[in-house]
Amino acid sequence: MGKTFKTIDEAVIRFAGDSGDGMQLTGGRFTETTAIVGNDLSTLPDFPAEIRAPAGSLAGVSAFQIKFSSKDIHTPGVNPDVLVAMNPAALKVHQKEIIPGGTLIINTDAFTKKNLKFAGYESNPIEDGSLDDYFTLIPIEMNKMVTAACEGLDLSPKLVGRTKNLFALGILFYMYDRPLDATEAWLKKKFKGKDAIIEANTRALNAGYNYGDTTELFMTRYKVEKASLPSGTYRNMNGNLAASLGLLAASERSGLKLFYGGYPITPASDILHMLAIWKHFGVQTFQAEDEIAGIASVIGAAFAGKLAVTATSGPGIALKGESLGLGVITELPMVVINVQRGGPSTGLPTKTEQSDLNQALYGRNGEAPMPVIAPATPGDCFYAAYEACRIALKFMTPVMFLSDGYLANGSEPWKIPNVDDLEDIDVKFAHDKNSENDFLPYLRDEDTLARPWAIPGTPGLEHRLGGIEKAENTGHVSYDPENHHRMVELRQEKVNRIQHDILPLEVFGEDHGDMLVLSWGGTYGACRSAVETLNEEGKKVSHVHLRWINPLPKDLGEIIIGFKNVLVPEINLGQLLRLIRSEYLVDAQGLNLVRGRPIGASTIVETVKKTIG
Amino acid sequence: MTDVQAPLLTKKDFESDQAVRWCPGCGDYAILAQTQKNMPTFGRKREEFVFVSGIGCSSRFPYYMNTYGFHSIHGRAPAVATGVKIANPDLSVWVVTGDGDGLSIGGNHFMHVLRRNMDVNILMFNNRIYGLTKGQYSPTSEQGKKTKASPYGSIDYPLNPPSLALGAQATFVARTIDRWQKHMAAMLERSYNHDGGSFIEIYQNCNIFNDGAFEEYTGAEKFSNVIELKHGEPMVFAQGTKGIKLDGFKPKVVDMEKNSIDDILIHNETDLDLAHIIANWTSHPTLPEPIGVIYCIDKTTYNQDIVNQIESAIEAKGPGNVQDLLNSGDTWVVD
Repeated sequence: MGKTFKTIDEAVIRFAGDSGDGMQLTGGRFTETTAIVGNDLSTLPDFPAEIRAPAGSLAGVSAFQIKFSSKDIHTPGVNPDVLVAMNPAALKVHQKEIIPGGTLIINTDAFTKKNLKFAGYESNPIEDGSLDDYFTLIPIEMNKMVTAACEGLDLSPKLVGRTKNLFALGILFYMYDRPLDATEAWLKKKFKGKDAIIEANTRALNAGYNYGDTTELFMTRYKVEKASLPSGTYRNMNGNLAASLGLLAASERSGLKLFYGGYPITPASDILHMLAIWKHFGVQTFQAEDEIAGIASVIGAAFAGKLAVTATSGPGIALKGESLGLGVITELPMVVINVQRGGPSTGLPTKTEQSDLNQALYGRNGEAPMPVIAPATPGDCFYAAYEACRIALKFMTPVMFLSDGYLANGSEPWKIPNVDDLEDIDVKFAHDKNSENDFLPYLRDEDTLARPWAIPGTPGLEHRLGGIEKAENTGHVSYDPENHHRMVELRQEKVNRIQHDILPLEVFGEDHGDMLVLSWGGTYGACRSAVETLNEEGKKVSHVHLRWINPLPKDLGEIIIGFKNVLVPEINLGQLLRLIRSEYLVDAQGLNLVRGRPIGASTIVETVKKTIG
Repeated sequence: MTDVQAPLLTKKDFESDQAVRWCPGCGDYAILAQTQKNMPTFGRKREEFVFVSGIGCSSRFPYYMNTYGFHSIHGRAPAVATGVKIANPDLSVWVVTGDGDGLSIGGNHFMHVLRRNMDVNILMFNNRIYGLTKGQYSPTSEQGKKTKASPYGSIDYPLNPPSLALGAQATFVARTIDRWQKHMAAMLERSYNHDGGSFIEIYQNCNIFNDGAFEEYTGAEKFSNVIELKHGEPMVFAQGTKGIKLDGFKPKVVDMEKNSIDDILIHNETDLDLAHIIANWTSHPTLPEPIGVIYCIDKTTYNQDIVNQIESAIEAKGPGNVQDLLNSGDTWVVD
């Protein structure tokens, strides 16, 4: 047969099909196996908001992209080398993004007249030659293939047809030389007790693999060598799981039990789902009647001495706004997770965006400063969630954790940390009176300005909290003008002092040059990739990524001075940009694309070159 | 937890050092005084009481109690109290709210805290008016009420709080009146002893914006207009001269001189159908206003169930180990 192996550095593949075609599952299995063979990887699930849009419709197309590499990579890529299209709608939505000369693997059985028309094709693109000049076209009758493979099994044709995603997966495993055993083991576990289903899917998987082997359509196979990651034990990790684990680790290290109060909302609900499983860790989850009750219960639990957390998305934060102000004025520790999605209003519930930064910073009445931290990668959600808890508890303040849909659902290899190696979280409840004869609930720590945490049940420290302005130290209701001004300043000063407790910024590249790319949150990977590319081309460009956005790190101003230009790529219309411009009086420029998708590294490269040549 | 060694406390121990700032003559004073008087009789440590409130005149209440307290935001007290109770089920948690706070802006939380049978004690001061915002009609104001916000008379129909509470699956529903001090004391005690969510509606006079709203139940004619419900006893009122008979599902007032006590309806606070019937007597044109415990049953509490679930999860899986959890799933080693 004379098949050859070609070693490549990296590949981007995309599975696309109908919502019911199991594309997320297929992508997930490819990811797991790719992780196990030791590549670096980054994934981008992209699914519709509708649970089941009409079969075959453009609205119902669900896709999963993965980039994997023998090198250290930071993004899931933009344009796939290989597109698996399970129906005409999937082809229609995604074909324009395949790289020129890329490979198109198509399930021709789904290219019926009806489906073609539904997807808006006037003629069949597989037959009319419109694709031939641009792509390597591999049409396969997948339904027929799996029907043949499952012959003799006691399963309806409908159930047999459902295994075609495993057939497609088998082909990709063949193309990229990946083992089948992890997926076979997973099938046994997933469908335990349903032997016929296990058998059918296993046969479909192998049939796909063998099809690749026996036909001459795949004359070249690709090898992507192991990536040289730092030594350690790894697992594949997505952002919402990482955030949940980070909270649990903070619970362990602080000695406080975790309380979660929240209301289901895309794309944050998985955090509730995961914490709800971990009851044997003592985690209490409360599915509230609405977003407001979610945060209100968190405030109550924080008052009573728990590590209290809620998670939501932008619309939920809007509803929680008044309560967050209560959290700020009562100075109770809590973590508020916003997994951002496209807005405004209901917006694009399943798509990513970074447009809630202003809401996080300013979305409350009055002067209500709240620390804001944003994770950089899916795996970093673990560390950022842990850090959010640590700061909340140390400074007695609500902390906003700004994740996004891309980080939450995307995944990457994650080196498993040792819980004991994480930074200490030291919690001290008040037990004694802190002035001569009294307990003063607003008497502050000299360094952090944190007030004491005296929880109900502690004798002698009975006190009242509330949303009316507090008198300094005593915490009594006070309408005194000077006291109010003082308290407004103190609450701000407390947040500012977090600056002294966070790590200095890391400049990737030289500390001076023609351009500084400044990023926050999920655009980290694209910015880092872009700057790596630019450096390889000899451009004097550096990258700084912000983890804390409130307070801004104290060394940022000094760093910015070293560069002739500053570029701030964001998936919004310039929310960090305006903050940077006003805070540092620098003529920074934005790169703003609000399409519900990550910004591509190549777009950043082009934008930088336009400015610096 | 109730401590057998609980120190002997007095009313004074429950008075905070803050000056009480309700309008002179407000019904809230009587409720505060009675609550402060009742608390020591429960034999529980002071630090185990938590009073949570929302916004409104009544919601200033926690500032005047020398216990742990939380004056939260408008309507959200039941949700804040839920967090407190789940976090520490050993606390005695009280919610102080009003008709606007509890039934209008906070209606959703009111419904769900009762549905879940969260073991908190809700005291709803119903004055049928918005006091703190200076006199607009509330969700319990009668239709036609003239206020600054309804100069031609309110066109809203009023809510019936006990009916709403029963509809929300409450396990304890009672009503009392600010001027009926002994009765209020008995209701507070029943509420405290009820293991589950309890709701007491307290008719409270706002002498500034809705003076005399409950005059029928507190003035000279009060015994003729109010029926005090007593579990297992016949429903008689007006000093024993009148009683209530059921004609099918229809209650009617009868003269006791012409009727035998044996024909009079017996109150059964565990009967939900009866409770719904009684709740409907609220502001009824011909029936007396019911006060007392309308409904009370035992049912597992949310806060106990959450403890039970955690305990059985630990029993089934062993106490969770975070490092093991991190290490789980498909892993691989890079040398």
